[in-house]
Amino acid sequence: MAKNDLIGGALWEQYSDKVSSRMDEPKFRGEITEAQAEAMGARLVVADWGAEACGDAVRLYWAVEKGTDKILDARFKSFGCGTAIASSDMMAELCIGKTVDEAVGITNIEVEHALRDDPNSPAIPPQKMHCSVMAYDVIKKAASLYKGVDMSSLEEEEIVCECARVSLRTIRDVIRINDLKTVEEITNYTKAGAFCKSCIRPGGHEKRKYYLVDILRDVRKEMEKEKMAEVSETKDFKTMTVVQKLKQIESVLEAEIKPILAQDGGSMEVVDIKEEDGSTIVYIHYLGACQGCPGATAGTLMAIQQFLNEKVDQSIQVEPV
Amino acid sequence: MQKVYLDNNATTIVDPIVKEAMDPFFTQIYGNPNSLHDFGTEPHPYMRLALDRMYKGLNAPDDSDILITGCATESNNTVLKGVYYDIINKGKRNQIITTPVEHPCVANTAKFLESIGAELKILPLNEDGIVDQAMLKRFINPDKTALVSVMWANNETGMVFPVKELAEVAHDNGALFHTDAVQAIGKIPVDVRDANPDFLSFSAHKFHGPKGVGGLYIREGLRLTPLLHGGEQMGGKRAGTVNVAEMIGMGLAMELAVQNLEYELTEVRRLRDKMEDALLQLDDTIVVGRRELRTPNTILVSIKGVEGEAMLWDLNKNGIAASTGSACASESLEPNPTFVAIGINKDLAHTGIRISLSRFTTEEEIDYAIGVFRSSVARLRKISSTY
Repeated sequence: MAKNDLIGGALWEQYSDKVSSRMDEPKFRGEITEAQAEAMGARLVVADWGAEACGDAVRLYWAVEKGTDKILDARFKSFGCGTAIASSDMMAELCIGKTVDEAVGITNIEVEHALRDDPNSPAIPPQKMHCSVMAYDVIKKAASLYKGVDMSSLEEEEIVCECARVSLRTIRDVIRINDLKTVEEITNYTKAGAFCKSCIRPGGHEKRKYYLVDILRDVRKEMEKEKMAEVSETKDFKTMTVVQKLKQIESVLEAEIKPILAQDGGSMEVVDIKEEDGSTIVYIHYLGACQGCPGATAGTLMAIQQFLNEKVDQSIQVEPV
Repeated sequence: MQKVYLDNNATTIVDPIVKEAMDPFFTQIYGNPNSLHDFGTEPHPYMRLALDRMYKGLNAPDDSDILITGCATESNNTVLKGVYYDIINKGKRNQIITTPVEHPCVANTAKFLESIGAELKILPLNEDGIVDQAMLKRFINPDKTALVSVMWANNETGMVFPVKELAEVAHDNGALFHTDAVQAIGKIPVDVRDANPDFLSFSAHKFHGPKGVGGLYIREGLRLTPLLHGGEQMGGKRAGTVNVAEMIGMGLAMELAVQNLEYELTEVRRLRDKMEDALLQLDDTIVVGRRELRTPNTILVSIKGVEGEAMLWDLNKNGIAASTGSACASESLEPNPTFVAIGINKDLAHTGIRISLSRFTTEEEIDYAIGVFRSSVARLRKISSTY
């Protein structure tokens, strides 16, 4: 890839002939008037999406047959670049003949495929893919106007990457299932982030609600937490980390040993623990009355060790320091 | 189909005289100027002549340096990073002041230096879309500012910055002053003795010289840690074998640029104004920045309802090369800071088209371009959902 990346900039060379010709002479540019729709026995729907300030704005006109919900005619107008105009034109064409519900299923990916000269070569370069998303969104808008419902009710899932239409759920799943660690891996698995790259991290072409870097970080954190919870629940002392071992030993000492020592005015603390030849050495330091007590290096010590061997693990040895 | 090149702020045609002057240095006089033998010394007089032309072109004193670099990007990096190594990194002053409209080779270098410890202050623009003396006075810090870097003229709008006044403020506050003069040379007078910058960067291909060669003026007595470490070329101030042919081309191109300055300020300006007036006759068009504050060759026009890249497409179909002011293809959708500063509605941020002429632009080309603009604007406004 590197060699092909070194001389950049030639966006337009990567447009298919269909994109170019529809940019030069869009077939469905224009509008449908109230009277024209009426003459067809259809209801006129006019939907706007985007804004000039964002660099892309499109208006879609539908004449929808009353009773059948069938789109008899579609026209568009667009403030946008060549890709936006060509994909709006193709989108309008694809709407015609479909019912409103069927039209809602048209995605920007379908529009892009329809603009290909041959099925295996993309119609537009990856960084222009986001310009085709408008054409998809405006269909949703038109359908919501027609049905008198909120647009969000037509969207089943939260979309993270508009260009490749990858949902939040898909991205979260793919990270978990494949144990993905980098954004590049997410892109390789899902195509999310492969096109305009806005959804990778803040500061890209468009502001997004979700960014891949954040999703990855959050999911990895969740996975890490779950792993930790799993480990601390396991009874297998040998697979624990040193800190987990220390915590378990201390909790047993706290609950079972210290109350007994306290009856005689003594106490103890763990100074350190060390792994050696498959056993865990617990260094303890006596406090209070235990200090200097003869039992501290004999009976008491034995008792503590036995207790830990029973309650925690056989491999534990206790050494006073 | 007629071809008209109106993107001279991106690059320019090499003046055929310049090309001819460079020619012998590829196959005839090709020695390494650092070699001791005759092949090595043969290019020396030509190199001296090239330097003479550049020193004269900038009115630079002989005691100052004009380093030959690979491009203005290298020159600008040398200044910013040199100031970082020599001043900021030594715990002296730590602040770099610049503007929101610098070329990426200044803006991104400054951001990089911020990421490794420099403090970066980006000045706001005034209502004319430039930085003035009062603005710099307000933000400069006499104890902290190490470098003020302000372009002489802006590539997108052609707006000319008052570098002489700004250099004065920088110096009054103990800071160094750098100007990226890439878009100024050959378009407006550039005199380092008058403007008094400490560093000035330029690039040959913006004034009808070849690509791949640039220059860096450094005031007498100043020395920067080099960007490139290596041999002792250019008095040890810029390592790497000198690009002899292009250096010679740049020297001649600079001389020609200065000789043609009067033509640029009158005839190129006249053609520019003719084009600008014609564009302003179309409904709902705005040209960014007051005419008298701009380089004489540049127009940044906003055409309501017509997206910039779509307009470029139509111009290109008709053989005309121009550029978008706020590129849709660029990564960020943030509007051009000049648009914001001079109060242009943010809806127009994606409608900018930059037209930049040169002394090679003809009246016939301008007339043709005006016709194409009229028909393309009409076509695209018919498609537009916002017009």
